[in-house]
Amino acid sequence: MTTRVARDRVTGTPFTRGLGIVTIAGIVWLVIFGLFVTPADVNQGETVRIMYAHVPGAWLAYLAFIVTALSSAMYLWRRTRSLTWDRIAGASAEIGVLFMGISLVTGSLWGRLTWGTFWTWDARLTTTAFLFVTYIGYLAVRNLGGTHHQRARRSAVLALLAVLEIPLVHFSVEIWNSLHQEASVAGNTDVTMDGLMLFTLFLGVIVFTLMYVWMLLHRQRALTLEDMLDDTGLDRALAARRTEAGVS
Amino acid sequence: MLRTAKTIAAKDLRIELRSRVIANQVIPFAALVMILFAFALDSDAVLERVAPGLVWLATIFSVLFIVARSFALETTDGALEALRAAGVDPMGIFLGKTLALATQLIALEAVLVGASVVLYRADVSASGGVLLVTTAILATVGLASVGTLYGGLAAGAKGRETLLPLLLLPVVAPVLIGATRATESAFGTNGIDVSEGWPWLGLLAVFAVLFSVVGAVAFGPLVDD
Amino acid sequence: MTDVPAELRSGRFDHVVDVRDVVVVLGAFPALAGASLTVDRGEIVLLSGPNGAGKTTLLRACAGLVPIERGRASVLGLDVSTERDAVRRHVGLIGHHNGLYSDLSVAENVRFWGSTVGASSAEIATAMQRMGLDGRLSDLPVARLSAGQRRRTALASLVARRASLWLLDEPHAGLDAEGRDELDSVLRAAAAAGATIMVASHELERAGSLATRHVRVVAGQVVPVSGGAA
Repeated sequence: MTTRVARDRVTGTPFTRGLGIVTIAGIVWLVIFGLFVTPADVNQGETVRIMYAHVPGAWLAYLAFIVTALSSAMYLWRRTRSLTWDRIAGASAEIGVLFMGISLVTGSLWGRLTWGTFWTWDARLTTTAFLFVTYIGYLAVRNLGGTHHQRARRSAVLALLAVLEIPLVHFSVEIWNSLHQEASVAGNTDVTMDGLMLFTLFLGVIVFTLMYVWMLLHRQRALTLEDMLDDTGLDRALAARRTEAGVS
Repeated sequence: MLRTAKTIAAKDLRIELRSRVIANQVIPFAALVMILFAFALDSDAVLERVAPGLVWLATIFSVLFIVARSFALETTDGALEALRAAGVDPMGIFLGKTLALATQLIALEAVLVGASVVLYRADVSASGGVLLVTTAILATVGLASVGTLYGGLAAGAKGRETLLPLLLLPVVAPVLIGATRATESAFGTNGIDVSEGWPWLGLLAVFAVLFSVVGAVAFGPLVDD
Repeated sequence: MTDVPAELRSGRFDHVVDVRDVVVVLGAFPALAGASLTVDRGEIVLLSGPNGAGKTTLLRACAGLVPIERGRASVLGLDVSTERDAVRRHVGLIGHHNGLYSDLSVAENVRFWGSTVGASSAEIATAMQRMGLDGRLSDLPVARLSAGQRRRTALASLVARRASLWLLDEPHAGLDAEGRDELDSVLRAAAAAGATIMVASHELERAGSLATRHVRVVAGQVVPVSGGAA
């Protein structure tokens, strides 16, 4: 019994442990390939290596936000109003914000080295920045307080609004940019990739995705435990109140 | 639902007529922002070029205050909760508050466009005027809907003064872009022709329709918990 | 009283309020821990008890404003959880806030609340008159009223929007002696006209003389004091 309870109270399972080992091995592999095995780019030199972290980071952030939107929709759509969907949405958004931050930092470092500027008002970059701020707002709303279901409903509506907002922002910046050709340097930096570089990039995407799933499972379970802590408090407090009433 | 919307809008506008908070505080604030821009940019040529953007930037900053005021009315004596507790249709509340907000915004925009003519030497032709009015209407519907939606979400929450800009400013970027470009054409900034402004209204229309429909549906679940 | 809802006249239910073993959780705190209470038409029920005992939460549960975790509650035969909107239209809750717009006059506030249900101007005039708000008072902005006059404006708004179950949380708080007397007399008249009233109060003497029945709320449960079983 005690072992069972103890088992329920941790976020790891044999599956996540296995996944964790695979992920760490993948990261080591990616570091070796990205930093040592792949050649420097003809045009960009050594800076191209930033891509092996930047591209998978950005991909992952987008994946994470899509998962947030889908699980928010599931929360609202399913009659059961399962808080599991809400926790997946929240956990995924947290990881998404983290990786979007990483990809914004690596991207602007790369931009400084390659384009000579940290930032450009290109549609993709601008949308990404807006996305980043929007999900910081989403996480702020999750922390407003109230019951679990209040939190879930508010943040689910917000996550779906973000899905509407992002294409609009992207589209408007894109047509805005079409009038300001001089600003878009992003278009003329062709990266000529050989097979090994392409493979490493692909490897990066796989490894980051594994890392995402690994983190998501742990974070989601950690959130479940946080909610459970509130709920187990309830039964004890309920019993305490009943005795209190009986005495008085 | 429409009756509720009418009742709520009439109530909000009547309160503004009595208290004149928007007229006496928010509109002067927006005009002040326009004047401060003039100091900061300090060049007639630059001012003339960026006037359309400044008009809409000042509008969007003012939206934050008008939305905050609109929901302060409802939360100081628990009226929003009372409306909710009385089973009043949330869709009606949303539409009513959006309508009142839009009316106040139109008045604000008229003042700001006037100010930009005076302060920044903006110039509006007759055909530019038609474009400008259409732009203002579409942009206003969008801003009022999205403002009411997020205002309702932030209402009564702790730290709402800072939460509202964080939520609202990223969302209204398309309105800022679309309305600014259309206004540039209407003002003839940089020699842009009036006809070049009309395509931008498509963006504003999509935004207005999207957020008024979504807002009407989502407002209930957002405030009702 | 003409403003009795159809459900009430048809007699499809036994009690105006029927709360059974209700558990309500706020955050992680069980504000109601299995509360049961029935209230009949025309009663004025006083809820007393220490601070934090769950009086306010019980009123809010009857108004469908807090989620009911366990047990069930019905008002006018309508389930508070599943038929929440219908329940809310018949219930009026006045707590620490009156839900009034301070920039508008008494008449404008009452008319606003009445118009949410499409009340006629005659109904609105009757509502104000029953709360003693006709004449000079009616055109004053709410910001300039005394606490007692505000409370009566809020009650007039309940009449105007045809609420038949009134849930009043500490209605005497902040009122002077005159305001309290006026409040009690309008409440008695309203109950005689068919409204059902639940009053949560600390002030046993004051509220006790008003009430037709007295129950205590202790640690999230209802304990009878007088006038039969809870």
